[in-house]
Amino acid sequence: MELLIFYPLAGLCVAFALGVVINNSPVGSAMSLIAMMLGLAGIFVLQQAHFIAVLQIIIYAGAIMVLFMFVIMLLNLKGSGEDASWRSRDKNLLMTVLSGFLVAGLLYKILCVLNSGEFDSPASLPENFGTAREVGTILFTEFVLPFEVASILLLVAMIGAVVLAKNKVD
Amino acid sequence: MDIEMEMVPLAHYLFLSATLFVIGVVGVLVRRNAIVVFMSIEIMLNAVNISLIAFDRYLSLHDGQIFSFMVMCVAAAEVSVGLAIIIALFRNKPTINLDEFNIMKS
Amino acid sequence: MIDDAIEFLEPYTYLIIGSVKALVIAGALLGIVPLLVWLERRLMGRFQVRLGPNRVGPFGLGQPISDSIKLLFKESIIQGSADKFLFHLAPAIVVFTAIVTFAVIPFGDPITVMDQEIGLWAANVDIGLLFVFAISGMGIYGMVLAGFSSNNKYSLMGGLRSSAQMISYELTLGLAALSVIVLTGSLSLIDMVNSQDSYPNILIQPLAFLLFFIAGVAETNRAPFDLPEAEQELVAGFHTEYTGMKFAMFFMGEYINMVTMSALVTLLFLGGWNSYGIPVWPIIAFAGKVGFLLCVFIWLRSTYPRIRYDRLMTFGWKVLVPLSLLNLLVTSVFVVL
Repeated sequence: MELLIFYPLAGLCVAFALGVVINNSPVGSAMSLIAMMLGLAGIFVLQQAHFIAVLQIIIYAGAIMVLFMFVIMLLNLKGSGEDASWRSRDKNLLMTVLSGFLVAGLLYKILCVLNSGEFDSPASLPENFGTAREVGTILFTEFVLPFEVASILLLVAMIGAVVLAKNKVD
Repeated sequence: MDIEMEMVPLAHYLFLSATLFVIGVVGVLVRRNAIVVFMSIEIMLNAVNISLIAFDRYLSLHDGQIFSFMVMCVAAAEVSVGLAIIIALFRNKPTINLDEFNIMKS
Repeated sequence: MIDDAIEFLEPYTYLIIGSVKALVIAGALLGIVPLLVWLERRLMGRFQVRLGPNRVGPFGLGQPISDSIKLLFKESIIQGSADKFLFHLAPAIVVFTAIVTFAVIPFGDPITVMDQEIGLWAANVDIGLLFVFAISGMGIYGMVLAGFSSNNKYSLMGGLRSSAQMISYELTLGLAALSVIVLTGSLSLIDMVNSQDSYPNILIQPLAFLLFFIAGVAETNRAPFDLPEAEQELVAGFHTEYTGMKFAMFFMGEYINMVTMSALVTLLFLGGWNSYGIPVWPIIAFAGKVGFLLCVFIWLRSTYPRIRYDRLMTFGWKVLVPLSLLNLLVTSVFVVL
């Protein structure tokens, strides 16, 4: 059952991720990205992490991507600023080779994990795995310091964004 | 029916994560549209979240979920500042092609 | 024969009940839209000292039917410069998100039919309220995409305004709901209703109720916050270029969102299906409260003039958000003490 849901979802995610990179219009890319994020939320649900799945939709699909759309509309980017010129850039070959190295490295690492036999079967999950209550309790006890640092980061980002967008760069 | 038999192996989640990460990297390297580059970075962050949560589930921990929560915070901060920079740049020079921002290169 | 069928279907009872519930709820929501349109036009007529639609059928009840037939057969015009795919996608997103949001809204205690306990909700998820915010947040894309794909300045402005407005007011909506979550200690809407069995939350959270309702009116893009479609400035905002059924779908989305918002206010602040001593069925109590709130929506529309756009943003960020933060702080302090 889980496999039946996993493969279509994973396939869709990969397809939409490719759509983000391939699409010529920024709006098309943004729509692909939203679809990919919704697919990922589905995969999180499959992994029993319900709270993170909902956060994924609220934060990524609901807030961050709206910001993207807002900026795309504000700058009124109908075509892309680069048109289709990126397809014929002379650096593309170099980039592909570099990405190839990355793929090889990642595959090697995954195969190492597989061969170690450490993760053959999932541990028995506690009853309340992934619920809002459980994640919240741990967030506010064990991880209070990172949480506060994250809130400072968000505050700084907020002030930075306001200052940057308000002033003209000289 | 034995549910355990039908679980998705950890490796599949890791492969998905790796695939998405590489797609994101390719997007950052190949595209020159600043907004699409930003979106590719989002793909990479999302890809990492998958493996964090997959490990979480296979080790029955909660740390990965907290960590992916933090990743989302960082992504939100990064996007708000990044898009503000793009808007500021766009006001200066009406393009978002990254290759044209080379005034620091004398 | 029938026994065989029942035996065969036994393991799938859960699935069957779920699909039937989903169909009934989606059908009821779509069916309620023409009724609401009729109610709004009748009430608006009375508010403005005229009769409203009264020619087709008794009390003009046939009006919405004839209207929808007209809309169905209208020619669907798409101007050449539009982005075809997104142009078709936008109204679908609006209606889809509006209906899906209603999936987690409960409207009564579970009932027992044929030894089978059936909850009066499509899905009972323990993070119900978060689900509502998550899915209703996706509805913004419908308006943004409609504004963008139309390739029209008025539509673009409408789309921009709607995205800015909905992000701003979603904050207040969430913070006001958070004080109720703090009080209840649960994200499940059913728990929230059950915790209000002696008195409704509005008595202890009047400010949160007010903030939630104001933000809810802004979220549904209703007057006096209907800036995205302000007729005098933007023709019709993001749906300027839409005709026929696609145009009607935006309205369906808006009315379903109104129902959802009223249901949410009822569940969070007015005690859901608790009737507090008045001898009516729980479901009637729920429907009555929702109906009353819907009338308040219409009442607001005919009472207040539309506010200016910059005032709307100032009001949202400088009045509503600080007030809701303060309310949350006071509530949390009381809960901890």
